[in-house]
Amino acid sequence: MKLDAKIPSGPLAQKWTNYKNEIRLVSPANKRKYDIIVVGTGLAGASAAASLGELGYNVKAFCLQDSPRRAHSVAAQGGINAAKNYRNDGDSVHRLFYDTIKGGDFRAREANVHRLAEVSLNVIDQATAQGVPFAREYSGYLATRSFGGAQVSRTFYARGQTGQQLLLGAYQALMCQVSAGTVKIFPRHEMLELVLVNNHAKGIVVRDLISGKISTVTADAVVLATGGYSNAFYLSTSGVASNVTASWRAHRKGALFANPCFTQIHPTCIPVSGDYQSKLTLMSESLRNDGRVWVPKNAGDKRSPEQIPDSDRDYYLERIYPAYGNLVPRDIASRAAKRVCDEGRGVGPGGLGVFLDFRDAIKRLGEPVIRERYANLFDMYHEITIENAYKTPMRIYPAIHYAMGGLWVDYNLMSNLPGLFVIGEANFSDHGANRLGASALMQGLADGYFVLPYTIGDYLARNEVKRPAADVPEAKLAETETAARLNKLLSIRGKRTPVEFHKQLGRILWDNCGMAREEAGLKKAMQAIAALREEFWQNVIVPGSHADLNMALERAGRVADFLELGELLCLDALERRESCGCHLRTEFQTPEGECLRNDTDYAYVAAWEFTGAGKPPQLHKEPLVYEEAHMAQRSYK
Amino acid sequence: MKITVRVWRQKKAQSAGRFVEYPVEGANPDMSFLEMLDVLNEGLVKKGEEPVHFDSDCREGICGTCSCVINGEAHGPESRVTTCQTYMRSFKDGDTITVEPFRAKAFPLIKDLVVDRTAFDRIIQAGGFISVNTGAAPEANSIPVPKHASDLSMDAAACIGCGACVASCKNASASLFVAAKIAHLNLLPHGKPEKDRRALAMIQAMDAEGFGGCSVTGSCEAVCPKGIPISFISRMNRDYMVAALKMRE
Ligand SMILES: Cc1cc2nc3c(=O)[nH]c(=O)nc-3n(C[C@H](O)[C@H](O)[C@H](O)COP(=O)(O)OP(=O)(O)OC[C@H]3O[C@@H](n4cnc5c(N)ncnc54)[C@H](O)[C@@H]3O)c2cc1C
Ligand code: FES
Repeated sequence: MKLDAKIPSGPLAQKWTNYKNEIRLVSPANKRKYDIIVVGTGLAGASAAASLGELGYNVKAFCLQDSPRRAHSVAAQGGINAAKNYRNDGDSVHRLFYDTIKGGDFRAREANVHRLAEVSLNVIDQATAQGVPFAREYSGYLATRSFGGAQVSRTFYARGQTGQQLLLGAYQALMCQVSAGTVKIFPRHEMLELVLVNNHAKGIVVRDLISGKISTVTADAVVLATGGYSNAFYLSTSGVASNVTASWRAHRKGALFANPCFTQIHPTCIPVSGDYQSKLTLMSESLRNDGRVWVPKNAGDKRSPEQIPDSDRDYYLERIYPAYGNLVPRDIASRAAKRVCDEGRGVGPGGLGVFLDFRDAIKRLGEPVIRERYANLFDMYHEITIENAYKTPMRIYPAIHYAMGGLWVDYNLMSNLPGLFVIGEANFSDHGANRLGASALMQGLADGYFVLPYTIGDYLARNEVKRPAADVPEAKLAETETAARLNKLLSIRGKRTPVEFHKQLGRILWDNCGMAREEAGLKKAMQAIAALREEFWQNVIVPGSHADLNMALERAGRVADFLELGELLCLDALERRESCGCHLRTEFQTPEGECLRNDTDYAYVAAWEFTGAGKPPQLHKEPLVYEEAHMAQRSYK
Repeated sequence: MKITVRVWRQKKAQSAGRFVEYPVEGANPDMSFLEMLDVLNEGLVKKGEEPVHFDSDCREGICGTCSCVINGEAHGPESRVTTCQTYMRSFKDGDTITVEPFRAKAFPLIKDLVVDRTAFDRIIQAGGFISVNTGAAPEANSIPVPKHASDLSMDAAACIGCGACVASCKNASASLFVAAKIAHLNLLPHGKPEKDRRALAMIQAMDAEGFGGCSVTGSCEAVCPKGIPISFISRMNRDYMVAALKMRE
């Protein structure tokens, strides 16, 4: 299989403009003849479905939650990047492009990233016009703040609820189209299979989660906007419903899965407190604007933080990375936290934590200012820990947060299966080996509002394979297989719950494929996951039936897919014998413990092909060619 | 902690429901209320019994999915938090805790503690948006918005659409939810052109969905996890009156 990324020719900064001028169009009268399925209604899915509806296509949008407004994007706190340069601080499309490529440790596709930086401007305009109440200055103009990995202030925000507000903007645009009749929404529906006709994606099998009814929906194209797979690790900052099933089912039908081992660990999360925990809570990166990260200078210093004088504190990020200080990228900050904890200088129970201290910011700006900027985060911290972070520093520790990997897509955001488009966190394309803060919201909305609506037209205009009827043999077969799988899960009647398997998988992944990875551990993990998967299919217990709402069954299906993904994740980490971004192989690091990239052998996207159950997946490589960015060792010092 | 939960179990919309008591071993004060229910459910699933169905997703108080009435109060005993942000430290060792779904005619029950809140989506469809097509937006800073208007709009926009306001209201009114959306959009210059149409259409949709009228008891404000103030309801009534008068002219 030859991977063609379909990158347009011409100079980098003109590619998107030129391409849009050449792309095939579907005439307004013909648009309503096309049906498009959008799975997922987060930022990516809702913005895409609404925009496609506005263009005149018939859209069917599916999601797991009871309302599109509750997609996991709602939880994003800190902000969204855009190269507006409202601060006159030297920002530009080029700088945002370069920061993103560098932040991703030179493992992202240049042309996609440049386009992202270009349309970031339109995203802010669109959201503002929809009524997203971004923070403003007294002048009435938009305010910004700084995020990690950038030396400019380009992050727009709506208090600590940026994701919620952007999602409401997209959701409201979607509801507007529902009332206009162009979009139909199907909440509480789960996609369980992809339907291929002549190798083109032409439909999905869905289960109505309330009635349990399994049915096929066909269309002219299928868009997956189903989010990331961090929950493979069980404990992550994602919502409990986030999963990989839609992507994984597509992968099993032939869609390539790219860079699965690029999973981001966020440095500022509330530390784990017990094994009953169902998820971890993020404290937004925006806090690093005003909070200073430190640990005691000496291991075993048991004084309470207020009693430790500055002379006995190690503000290690400011010390090691003076140029970026507390605003180094996430992978760097996470690893630095791990290192100081490994040295025995961690704080809190088990020594797995570092301080994030607002003392100096409160002294400088006063408590009201800090309250205005972060009140909801401080409140959330208080609810969980019953500690008052205005008085005592927060304790934070890294946790799994985001998946840079995902289904492989070309420049059109189309997977290697024609007609299957993948947008938002579900695809792999823009963040390389590490995503910068406030760039996921930007990417989800860029894909959905401003990229997919153009590129999907190019596919539809070719009209290569017509939309099939819902009862074509391919669909019937997919339906039968889906029902058989659910029946199988229900009939095993073993001894261990789906959640028990999920927790065990999460522990294996965190221990061996988390913040630091090495060959022996990865090999061990792959064996352990294969054994766990085998046990799952013999010993899982799922009560109830598939003919009504059955959350245990939903969970079991998702865990089954995580158990397959988990092994691929480790394999990808094993095969990438270099360190880059979030992927630190302990065998390949600089004396200071930073990533040692190997551009000669690994400057490629690893795209894995499913070759059959129990068979080794096949690796395909998309070489990464940089026309503009100069590949250099990252330095934030 | 040793806890007993007395929880509403109902197989489906059409079947009869009843309270069932379950002892929960091994709860601890740092557990969230939903994690305590997870413990209960793990025990049930292990025995081959169906778990108690309840909705949740983000588990950090922002998605509005979780929706339990705990000891008679929507989202439980603490103010300004959702069910998922309620911690077991709010209860005492040995307590019996009663857990019910959000009850309202417009929120039909689906199973156990899970209800259907799609009526809220239909109210938004009636006018809870600004009709600006993708690509039609002007440069963001071309329309300055006074900071106080933008802040007030954000106060209203903070609504998570959980429906606790409805569940706590003796009339099962959705006024606070609708008022918050109208205020969020009507306060901004971008929302002004559709201001009248929005107020009329959304209030009409609320009535059509079977939500009751507002008799200003303030129970909604008291249970609202985001502290959305009831003053937005007066603002909505004002917007509605103005719009209705204009219509008559
Ligand atoms: C706590 C937190 C804070 C964050 N803060 C920021 C931030 O400040 N800035 C930033 O840029 N990024 C942030 N991120 C990352 C960002 O929020 C996400 O990457 C982004 O919102 C993902 O959007 P999405 O549309 O791709 O997917 P999601 O929002 O995850 O949506 C997935 C959708 O797919 C549906 N779905 C999934 N599987 C199926 C299926 N099988 N069938 C049917 N439907 C399905 C779901 O119901 C949902 O509608 C944060 C993430 C977290 C977890
Ligand atoms: S689960 Fe999201 S608000 Fe409670």
